[in-house]
Amino acid sequence: MAITESDVRHVALLARLALTDEQITTLAAELTGVLGHIDELQHLDLAGVQPTAHPLAVTNAMRADVVVPGLPRAEALRNAPETDGSAFVVPAITGTGEES
Amino acid sequence: MSAIDLSALSAHQVRDSIAAGEFTAREAAEAAYARIEALDGDVHAFLQLTPELAFAAADRVDTARAAGDELPSLAGVPAGIKDNMNLIGTRTTCGSRMLENYESVYDCTAVRRLLDAGALPIGKCNMDEFAFGSSTENSAYGPTHNPWDLARVPGGSSGGSAACVAAGMTSISLGSDTGGSIRQPGALTGTVALKPTYGRVSRYGVVAFGSSLDQIGPFGTSVDDVALALEAISGADSMDATSSSEPVGSYADGLDQGVRGLRVGIVRDMLDLEGCGAEIRASVDMAAETFAALGAEVGEVELPATRHGLAAYYIIGPAEASSNLARFDGIRYGHRAADPADVLDLYMRSRAEGFGPETIRRIMLGTYALSAGYYDAYYGQAQKARTLIIEDFRAAFERFDVLLTPTTPEVAFRFGEKSDPYTMYLNDVYTIPVNLAGNCAISVPSGLCSASGMPIGLQIIGDHFAEATLLRAAAAFEEATGFDPVPPLVNSLGS
Repeated sequence: MAITESDVRHVALLARLALTDEQITTLAAELTGVLGHIDELQHLDLAGVQPTAHPLAVTNAMRADVVVPGLPRAEALRNAPETDGSAFVVPAITGTGEES
Repeated sequence: MSAIDLSALSAHQVRDSIAAGEFTAREAAEAAYARIEALDGDVHAFLQLTPELAFAAADRVDTARAAGDELPSLAGVPAGIKDNMNLIGTRTTCGSRMLENYESVYDCTAVRRLLDAGALPIGKCNMDEFAFGSSTENSAYGPTHNPWDLARVPGGSSGGSAACVAAGMTSISLGSDTGGSIRQPGALTGTVALKPTYGRVSRYGVVAFGSSLDQIGPFGTSVDDVALALEAISGADSMDATSSSEPVGSYADGLDQGVRGLRVGIVRDMLDLEGCGAEIRASVDMAAETFAALGAEVGEVELPATRHGLAAYYIIGPAEASSNLARFDGIRYGHRAADPADVLDLYMRSRAEGFGPETIRRIMLGTYALSAGYYDAYYGQAQKARTLIIEDFRAAFERFDVLLTPTTPEVAFRFGEKSDPYTMYLNDVYTIPVNLAGNCAISVPSGLCSASGMPIGLQIIGDHFAEATLLRAAAAFEEATGFDPVPPLVNSLGS
């Protein structure tokens, strides 16, 4: 199945990747190539086979309900590109809707 | 050069020599750095050296010895750590520009346990970006070179971890394996390399790639060193709900019990795959003869569903990776694009600028496979194919204790030789089914390719949590072959 440049643009938006036109052209060809090898799965008759999400038969892992210290705020913020000292700083997410 | 030649000593011997007072842990660390100074300009196994941490750890060992305390199992043993594992006091870059300046704020459990056993953290090892690759060519910081031939790749993604052990810069190292990223570089560098059963080792603190596939495991120059390291890092961890409470064995004990009566199965249909080199195929049959001569009951088995392993993996792996890598948003850590117009622009440019080409390829593949309209056709089918692969292994382990395949279809290739993504993916055709089934497996050197002189690896696969049996088989094979590979680069140093 051929992946078009339009498909690549759609998936890049879903994946939050700002790709260049050149990258989109390259990826359309590469993904088409890789999926060509993977398409065999679509032709397998797997009706009635249970899907596997986890390789081992394990049950819920519970821990004792004890409060333990989490990562201190200063450590959590330490690698952030921009903070105000107590929180992460991001571009405005709300409040611009009426202006546009 | 330092008087201590780490490439001539096993981890056991380093520990025992320190315990006996023949040299100090500090001298062991100095020997590691001297070897790195001599060789790593050519090999590039390390992204970061951590002498402050290593010498502090060495001094703790030397102080404990001076006080007459009993030394832990890896006391004074120099170790490399793949750069996707967190350790406070180090950067954890995952071989990516995205995390170029990321400083660990907590410790990976497996690393913590290795260091608690007395190992010395010499440095952080190079890798394919976010562990996507089989050659280290996808590292944003330049590739690692194979100590056997600097014009060839060391394998990947844990190529730095393999190369530092092969070159005698450290005695052991830790890597991570999602589809072969420990075993494949192990085979290509002539080292012993183990992927434990899924859940055997905590995944807490290793940057996630495929959460249902990832496992941390050790590299060494001998099976008993790998057993010792495995013992140190294994066991349940409250920080990883998928870590298993199965008891941890004394893996380094009982390795000499032999394989008499052990049921060894050659996976014939995997051996017959197109693309498997004739010499590599022959090496597995020779290994089977070795096991038979040692008293094992050798037979043949087929795992027909594993021929869909590569296809299933290249849906499931990228699907899980695309979800895991959604955390890189340019806000909490990692690269952030300049002057974002809005938050969507911030996400999109930060990610496109921070990720390299193979990472983008995997995220795109995974996002596509999980997207509306394609989910059932790709991800759903892959999960069902995975079930068939697991059932194949389960049936095989009713008849056999361990299975034999090559680790890789060919020996180490040259840089740039595999420019097409799928050609590169084929290098993991023997290792991937094991991750899908969650089993344990080890790569042990089995000989040198007559044409290239490069090492060949034998993959031995064990049942879930049967690491003790797996290691016993590997140790018997290692002893019988008497093959103790040392790269020419190391020999050229003299001693």
